[in-house]
Amino acid sequence: MSSLSTTTATPESLAGAYTLRRRPMSEKLLDGGFRNLTMGLAALVATVLLAILITVFSGAREAIAEFGASFLTSSAWDPVNEKYGAFTAIYGTLVSSFLALLLAVPLGIGTAIFITEDIIPSSLREAIGLMVELLAAIPSVVLGLWAIFVMEPAIRPLLNLSHKLLGWTPLFNTVPQGPGMAPAILILVVMILPIITAIARDALNQVPIELRQGAYGIGTTRWGAIFNIILPAAISAIVGGVMLALGRAMGETMAVTMIIGNALNFNVSLLAPGNTIASMLANQFGEADGIQVSALMYAGLILMLLTFLVNVAAQWIVRKLSLRY
Amino acid sequence: MTPFPQVPQAHSASSLFDRGTLFFKPSLGRNLFNAICTSIAGLFATIAVLPLVLVLLYVLVQGGRLITPSLFTQLPPAPGMSGGGIGNAMIGTVVVTLIASLLAIPIGVGGGIYLSEYNRSGWFAQVVRFCNDVLAGVPSIISGVFVYGLIVATRIFFGQSYSAMAGGIALSVLMLPTVIKTTDEGLKLVPQELRWGAFGVGASQVVTILKVVLPAAFTPIATGVVLAIARAAGETAPLIFTALFSPFWPEGIFNPIASMSVLIYNFAIMPYAPQNQLAWAASFVLVAMILAANLFARWIARLNRT
Repeated sequence: MSSLSTTTATPESLAGAYTLRRRPMSEKLLDGGFRNLTMGLAALVATVLLAILITVFSGAREAIAEFGASFLTSSAWDPVNEKYGAFTAIYGTLVSSFLALLLAVPLGIGTAIFITEDIIPSSLREAIGLMVELLAAIPSVVLGLWAIFVMEPAIRPLLNLSHKLLGWTPLFNTVPQGPGMAPAILILVVMILPIITAIARDALNQVPIELRQGAYGIGTTRWGAIFNIILPAAISAIVGGVMLALGRAMGETMAVTMIIGNALNFNVSLLAPGNTIASMLANQFGEADGIQVSALMYAGLILMLLTFLVNVAAQWIVRKLSLRY
Repeated sequence: MTPFPQVPQAHSASSLFDRGTLFFKPSLGRNLFNAICTSIAGLFATIAVLPLVLVLLYVLVQGGRLITPSLFTQLPPAPGMSGGGIGNAMIGTVVVTLIASLLAIPIGVGGGIYLSEYNRSGWFAQVVRFCNDVLAGVPSIISGVFVYGLIVATRIFFGQSYSAMAGGIALSVLMLPTVIKTTDEGLKLVPQELRWGAFGVGASQVVTILKVVLPAAFTPIATGVVLAIARAAGETAPLIFTALFSPFWPEGIFNPIASMSVLIYNFAIMPYAPQNQLAWAASFVLVAMILAANLFARWIARLNRT
């Protein structure tokens, strides 16, 4: 109590102990200026996004006026006669990314379960997690190089076999000869696997321990708990991650460009060379002029809209479908 | 003595349930299912790790044997010729990534400071965060198309079309969302008491943010920035028609410039073996740099955990 009495001071004694000062004008200006500066920098993000939209749209305007909606359904890509349609590329983008997702989702979620549940020692789990994360760091162009010289020759016998067995279906009715849709799908799997695994791993780690304890307490097996309790609890984040991976797969450029074959004519077979919007842009933009640039910009605009829709859907799913504990 | 797990009769009146069910029977349906699922998950994890191992192995074997001093000091050879190196591409990658970092890091850290320190939940911050998430999802090739339309085609820099500067700007568009996001999230982790303490001893807001809050969040921000730089260094798509390529030594930032990623792309699709070899060598150098940056980022992240 005695120490308290010394701090309860009169205003007169305070005036000696502290120097009361007003904030100088310069400090207020600096504070306000810094706030406005950071606000301007934050606004720059929105500006850049808007500028991207305006640039791509204004570049595409000529082609939109020329080809209109038939651009989406026509598969003609004829620089000589200046007839352009992006159906081949749009179809290739959608098919390659959805099929890649179909393969990568079970692989990614299975891996995430394997490294979050208590199946193997934690040092091994961390090692696998680290390796999957480092896979995400390998540049796309290096994966493309690897796909051309290592992966594609290695899986050729498998593709030949699929042609021999399933050649009667339209999806496999061409003889595989190097670059094509199937190797492109496989390299896409390699590229989106780390995203799905990382997000599913985080989601599974965030499931409250009580849910697991409860499930094991009533005597379920490990996989009973995973399928009935843990996965449903984490599903919103996992689906969100899958959607993000879909967006990434649609926009993925280099590795796909190097291995897909960049065919201009439409072919439904997965063993034939194909094309995606991104690979078409990478392949042709440098040498294009006139209305071909505009047509490529139009295709780029479609790609932007596709990835935008997928990403917004991903955010919406994570926000709306998440379980509240 | 009776054997230890004495299984009582099911119809025994004293037991409420059949205690035999308490023993683990591997042949039970659900236990079989369990074992099968565990093996499948293990198989999937093996498949997931396999590509990294194979890619690293091939890059190491194919590229590693070409690592000689001349690789770093010479220009790439003419198509079909052997010998030469990737010296100009290495300098180019450093230059372009540096331009991108100098643009994206100040803008991103500043924007992140605004989101976390000045406006956490206002409508403007919500709009900026939404735009940032959308920008993060924009395909890398689109950022190349954007910079082509904005800078290369308009020849805005002293009448130059393709330039290192344009390539750097295209890469900075890709880096920006990551830097903003990690700054925003990193600053949010700083305890509120630290800010109150700084204000309490009379620091102004600028001093509080720059001298107290920002240093406290150094670790997560530095981790994110290093990862963003590593990712930008490996990007190809935004560079192929902005920075283009050059078989010569860099001639300033307003001229086309070589980069390792574009060199790999160009030389991988050439039908000449020496060029393919150089692509592998460049991959080796690029992958080594990027993996080192990733491990460095991990090391930073561990710094303040101890």
